[in-house]
Amino acid sequence: MEGFLVGTGLVLGGFVVAGFYRIAFGPTIYDRILAVNLIGIMTVVFLVLMGLIYRRVEMFVDIALMYSLLAFIGTLIFAKYFSKRGVE
Amino acid sequence: MMEALAVLFISAGLFFFFTATVGLLRLPDFYSRMHAMGKADTMGLLLTLTGLALYQMGEGLSWSKAFVAFKILLIAVFWFLGGPTATHALLRSAFEGGKMPWTKDGQAVLDWPRQEER
Amino acid sequence: MRSIITFCVLLLFWVLLSGQLDLWHLSWGVICTATVTYLSRDLLFKGQLDLREKGREAWRFLKYLPWLLGQIFKANLHVARLALHPRMGELIDPHIIRFRTKLKKDLSLVTFANSITLTPGTITVLIDGDRLYVHAIDRPSAEALPGEMERRVAEVYGEQ
Repeated sequence: MEGFLVGTGLVLGGFVVAGFYRIAFGPTIYDRILAVNLIGIMTVVFLVLMGLIYRRVEMFVDIALMYSLLAFIGTLIFAKYFSKRGVE
Repeated sequence: MMEALAVLFISAGLFFFFTATVGLLRLPDFYSRMHAMGKADTMGLLLTLTGLALYQMGEGLSWSKAFVAFKILLIAVFWFLGGPTATHALLRSAFEGGKMPWTKDGQAVLDWPRQEER
Repeated sequence: MRSIITFCVLLLFWVLLSGQLDLWHLSWGVICTATVTYLSRDLLFKGQLDLREKGREAWRFLKYLPWLLGQIFKANLHVARLALHPRMGELIDPHIIRFRTKLKKDLSLVTFANSITLTPGTITVLIDGDRLYVHAIDRPSAEALPGEMERRVAEVYGEQ
């Protein structure tokens, strides 16, 4: 079962690397924010996974909760900022 | 028993994350990528975290374990409320910034019930 | 009255997140909760508060929830099929659609917009007064609007 969790982490890592393509070559700024958002969500899952693998989940789950809040607020702030500026 | 269920949920969640990533890479423009992202990732997060919470509960039931599992599910509930909002904010900022969607016939905005209005 | 209810809800949330019930943590919780309640006293509940009406709305919303969950599941399968389909370019036909809605209250508009975002093939872009801008990814999902969903949301919040 431990091995399955590590494998899940590796697969998620692969998806994150695929997401980096959009961050690097996304045609507009919004594509990049979108990719950052997706990577943030995967990181939340990754944090809980790490907690389960290291058997310290009661600590990691708080970090994951905070991180999901930060990812959400970060997306909102990006959206607000770029709509005011009208940057392409 | 619990572990088999956990494996099932986590695999389903990974499938939806896979969908989100493929959609992000393949679809033609920002708005349609938003479709793949805003839906598949919420579902993926919910399923994966449910699986992880089940695994965390494990065999022996105890109060503290159930509490941690509940907190894991709280993340998913929070994202269910926040995800559509974040999607909406991004779309709105793109639309007000003057980005038009990619279309086949070149008409970006259609008025819907076409008979009425006018 | 309103602040007391807000305070109780926030304190419950604090206890759920901290999970510790000794005096030290609880007193800090009361202090923080009181501060947040003072800062955001008119955010959670607006205007006149009618507890019985709120309770009825919450109950009808719970009855609306299973249908919404089914729609979310369908939406995910729809997107998965589109994203993984080898000839995806022929299937999609994206447009932004503009239509008027009958809904008036803020809360019902929010629920409606979020439900549109969560159901197959459509996401809300902008609400401008009573006009909704919705991006639909293909023809069939555009034709389903506004339809059944608006009726159900109106039912939940008692608007006709």
